[in-house]
Amino acid sequence: MDGGMVTSAPALVRFAGIQKTYDGEHLVVKNLDLDIRKGEFVTLLGPSGSGKTTTLMMLAGFEVPTHGEIYLADRPIKNTPPHKRDIGMVFQNYALFPHLTIEENVAFPLSVRKVNKAEAQERVRTALRMIKLENLAHRRPGQLSGGQQQRVALARALVFNPQLVLMDEPLGALDKRLREQMQLEIKQLHETMGITVVYVTHDQSEALTMSDRIAVFNDGIVQQIDKPNTLYEHPVNSFVANFVGENNVLAGTVENIEQGYCRVALASGGFVMAQAVNVTGAGAATSLSVRPERVSLLTDDEASDGPNRLRATVHNTIYLGDHALAVLAVAGNEEFMVKLQPGAHGGLSHGQSVSITFRPEDCLALDPV
Amino acid sequence: MAEAFLTGTDAPTGVPLKRRLRRAERARQFKALALILPLLLFLLFTFLGPIAGMLWRSVDDWEVGKVLPHTVAALADWDGKDVPDEKAYAALADDIQAARAAGTIAIASKRLNYALNGFRTILASTARNLKAAPEPGTAKETLGKINPAWGERATWTAIKGASGPITSFYLLAALDLTRNVDGAIVAAPPDQAIYRDLFARTFTISFGVTVLCLILGFPVAYLLAALPPGRSNLLMIFVLLPFWTSLLVRTCAWIVLLQKEGVVNDSLRWLGIIDEPLRLIYNRFGVVVAMTHVLLPFMILPLYSSMKAISPAYMRAAASLGASPVTAFLRIYLPQTLPGIGAGCLLVFILALGYYITPALVGGAPDQMISYFIALYTTETVNWGLASALGAVLLFATLLLAAVYGKLVSGQQVTGGMKN
Repeated sequence: MDGGMVTSAPALVRFAGIQKTYDGEHLVVKNLDLDIRKGEFVTLLGPSGSGKTTTLMMLAGFEVPTHGEIYLADRPIKNTPPHKRDIGMVFQNYALFPHLTIEENVAFPLSVRKVNKAEAQERVRTALRMIKLENLAHRRPGQLSGGQQQRVALARALVFNPQLVLMDEPLGALDKRLREQMQLEIKQLHETMGITVVYVTHDQSEALTMSDRIAVFNDGIVQQIDKPNTLYEHPVNSFVANFVGENNVLAGTVENIEQGYCRVALASGGFVMAQAVNVTGAGAATSLSVRPERVSLLTDDEASDGPNRLRATVHNTIYLGDHALAVLAVAGNEEFMVKLQPGAHGGLSHGQSVSITFRPEDCLALDPV
Repeated sequence: MAEAFLTGTDAPTGVPLKRRLRRAERARQFKALALILPLLLFLLFTFLGPIAGMLWRSVDDWEVGKVLPHTVAALADWDGKDVPDEKAYAALADDIQAARAAGTIAIASKRLNYALNGFRTILASTARNLKAAPEPGTAKETLGKINPAWGERATWTAIKGASGPITSFYLLAALDLTRNVDGAIVAAPPDQAIYRDLFARTFTISFGVTVLCLILGFPVAYLLAALPPGRSNLLMIFVLLPFWTSLLVRTCAWIVLLQKEGVVNDSLRWLGIIDEPLRLIYNRFGVVVAMTHVLLPFMILPLYSSMKAISPAYMRAAASLGASPVTAFLRIYLPQTLPGIGAGCLLVFILALGYYITPALVGGAPDQMISYFIALYTTETVNWGLASALGAVLLFATLLLAAVYGKLVSGQQVTGGMKN
């Protein structure tokens, strides 16, 4: 689904000025305004306690906003009980009814809606075929593996064609390989069925893999909502830069800003040219953000003075199969990561002195951490 | 090779895999057995032994065979169609004289009196008046003269029926049945037929108490499972509080509360709701109230443990799938509490069946349950055979219920699909 089409679709869900507090003192969600368009796959990403799950629960109807209104298809739903919202939900621990068979679990939303038996049977069969578990229809949830249970939960949430499907860390309990496989399956279902999905996770790679747009939550506030690549390449602040993907941070002070770029004096001495993204002006403290794959390693003989060249000491290298990382000490950051070219990890030894460089457009001057 | 190894047919050492597994497990099994052995022995002596004894006593019939051995032997080939022949009369005369000398007449006459009302008098008068052994051939005549009852077939049928060594007499009596003169099983005479009513009453009261416990206990158990740990612990203490006081004290407390000049009646009168004190105790009402109070924790605890295991996510899932709260409760929550309901009801019902002190203290005569009569026959009238038979019937009914419950639960197959 391409970005242009998504933008033109009407908003299906609208959070307007939502606030939520549990204790009357601290806001768990502070002034949330968020539009989710029809057919979109939106991920709420954030650390635990950031308000993402509370947001999802308010949308599902299990929590009531303290202030503000939520619209579903232009209808305010703040006072609509969960069972009348027509929203399918997949839970972290599947929540399959243990006393019912797989078939009965999937048929449950249809039977409470009093869909006639023959049609319900047909739809259940189609749903089970979709998740490739037709042969386990008469088993109970306890007899299925975690991955199979999650597929059943998915089928159960989709079988009644809800306007919206919510997923609350649905893959959290699965092992890595299965999780990656399920990510693709869910993504595929989303694309073939054209459903609207709101997905909650704290796993940034999962969010990047699956989403049309990602809303990064921290401290009850949406820090940034954007397409995955925009989020990764153009984070608006240090939190997003650090939370999404690997990131190297260098502390410094802005000396001047000119045409979108600024000259930053590093705390340890030396200067760096960086894109001015989230700095207030000359004299302000800033955190520079550089992605490991945007840094080049120079051996000593290549080293010459120039913009954005910094001295570094090798701590060690980490071999990760498809690539390797060098961990360096750079300008006071003892864990500066550099992604190495394939086959290049052998040439570095502990304590070796090297130089690194990066382009000014790959270095973002953000708010100080 | 690998396959053969797994199936155990061609294991490397030549010993089948299964046997090697058993050998490896043996030490552990011994240890486990050693751990439970003290309890096992304890149960054997204090539980299984007495039950076996009770079951034996309900069919044991030794008295007449011991006191009147010759009579029993002489009656062995009596067809029971008419009064027996002279030989039996002579044996009886011998036995009575011997028993009188040994002072054991009372043992036999007590047992024979169960079978035939008035037998005690027959035997006593015969023993008193039989001065010497009758001349050979005149025993029948002599005994008939002392007491005409010896000329009746029923008298002899009673002796034959009680000649042991085992009898169905007590068990039949416990079910309001008896054998007529011809040995056929018939309904007991109405004035003796009280036990079926008694069992029905016992089961009715127990059932009522169980239903009340379920109705009162279910919401409490739900609250216990739903409240945050701090408050649920406090509530749990209140639920368990009755266990800290003796049953007798609690029952007496009900007497204080419910009696004519008791707290409840006084309060109601003071509030002007009633003019005359209500009769709240020494009747069925008092029994049911006091028993429900005593047994309530036994309902709440199993319910609580089954509810605690139900994740709130199930109700949320049901709601998100479109089920109204009532539907979600009936179709998702309630079915998952069924094992708890079953266990609680079974526990309360079985405990209620055997209740003795509470109905004895707060019930009237028409509210006494089976255990009251078992105690009566054991301690007052010393009719252990009947007491045992009533106990055996009760035990059998209870086992039947437990079997039905087991069948129902195993059909349920509730397995936790969710582990959190």
